[in-house]
Amino acid sequence: MRGYLRSDGRKGIRNVVVVGYLVECAHHVAREIAIPFREHDVHVIGFPGCYPNTYAERMMERLCTHPNVGAALLVSLGCESFNKNKLAQVVRESGRAVQTIVIQASGGTRKSIDEGRAFVAAQRAVLDAMRTVPMAASELVVGTICGGSDGTSGITGNPAAGRAFDRLVEEGAACIFEETGELIGCEHIMAERAVTPRLGAELEASVAKAARYYATLGYGSFAAGNAEGGLTTIEEKSMGAYAKSGSAKISGLIKPGDIPPRGGLYLLDVVPDGEVRFGFPNINDNAEIAELIACGSHAILFVTGRGSVVGSAISPVVKICANPETYRRMADDMDVDAGRIMEGAASLEDVGREIRDLVVGLGEGMRTKSEELGHQEFILTYKSFEPIGPSCLPAV
Amino acid sequence: MESDQRLGERDKRLLLLDEADNVLVAISRIKRGETIALEGASIALPADLPIGHKLARRAIAAGEKVIKYRAPIGSATIDIAVGAHVHVHNVKSDYTPTYYLTDAGADVGGAA
Repeated sequence: MRGYLRSDGRKGIRNVVVVGYLVECAHHVAREIAIPFREHDVHVIGFPGCYPNTYAERMMERLCTHPNVGAALLVSLGCESFNKNKLAQVVRESGRAVQTIVIQASGGTRKSIDEGRAFVAAQRAVLDAMRTVPMAASELVVGTICGGSDGTSGITGNPAAGRAFDRLVEEGAACIFEETGELIGCEHIMAERAVTPRLGAELEASVAKAARYYATLGYGSFAAGNAEGGLTTIEEKSMGAYAKSGSAKISGLIKPGDIPPRGGLYLLDVVPDGEVRFGFPNINDNAEIAELIACGSHAILFVTGRGSVVGSAISPVVKICANPETYRRMADDMDVDAGRIMEGAASLEDVGREIRDLVVGLGEGMRTKSEELGHQEFILTYKSFEPIGPSCLPAV
Repeated sequence: MESDQRLGERDKRLLLLDEADNVLVAISRIKRGETIALEGASIALPADLPIGHKLARRAIAAGEKVIKYRAPIGSATIDIAVGAHVHVHNVKSDYTPTYYLTDAGADVGGAA
């Protein structure tokens, strides 16, 4: 593999310019700035809220200094609450080029777009000339998510992703699985895999928190399509989702924006702390993907049964299709046909190895189907978290 | 998939994930009217069974846990006959209620 070396020692497998809007009112200008560069790794991210939120500011800091990101353009309307100066400072201190455009100061939409495009064009030229350095699988951070799950997800795609995780963890990579709301019912068996009993207790507590949170909201992390696909309860969906974690020991519990300190398997707690506020913990799959990326994920393994088409800004999304009927219908969107397992044409091991090789291939010039199709979905909403406790990352 | 030792007695389109389970999973679509072999029973399917959906491997009494992957995935709300479709119409979560649209397949597979 080859990577782009950043000043913090991390390496990127992509060299993206992010255009970040700091309130919805600046979203259009950000999008217009990026349009001429849509084929050239310029991705729009941002936060729509006008009012301050520590979580969102931390997420934007982590995303703008992600190893797959080479430079950042920040687009502010001017009167929103987002601390743009602090964000710009964090990006600058990371050694990346950064510019902040304030639409109200620049003289409006047209002038801001021109100013922004000039910065992006200049940075694109710099980044395209950047040399790569050798990169090992042990330097990878890989996240996994399932979306549009059905009754096949837990039998083929998720366990195959789990096998890929086992291999990557063995090679020294950091692997992150998530959605504590989709681990409801698995908390006890999961806790037994923690490297320390205290971490096990933290894992159980994170799922109990998720169960409480969703109970208050009155809905589980379960969409109508899950039922149509044969899943009956959140526990059943959870058992299938849990298989993505593979069989490695669990090294830690992290929260959005926490970067795994070393290789190993980590659970990402995506359910906010404290009383229920701001609505659903994750309003869709892309909110979870953004959080996995904020934890440093170079690539995302996305297992789907019903057939999700999404990709993401910043990091490539590998689409693993669990359902053979869906694969035949939507092959253009799928990187891996895990439904072969159900048809007896491949083993879990075969597909797990294929997924692992594909992830490494992303650092050798390969691109995913969603990247080729131009998918760059991104969403960030209000949340609040307490920092993780001392037993969440035991020193091994 | 490794625990499927009694395959000879069961339709190959139905997967037993764990010996402790009381449900089987369709690994390909099975059409209405087809006769399917279960362990010691033969059932004419009353409706199409889509891929990924579950059938009762044995009779499950109201209130009994539904077991898949050797883990409880909810409780039966009514008595479920052997070979019946096991889904949102006869099982409830022990955590949060399942939200589904009326065309979510609750009626697929027919009587509980």
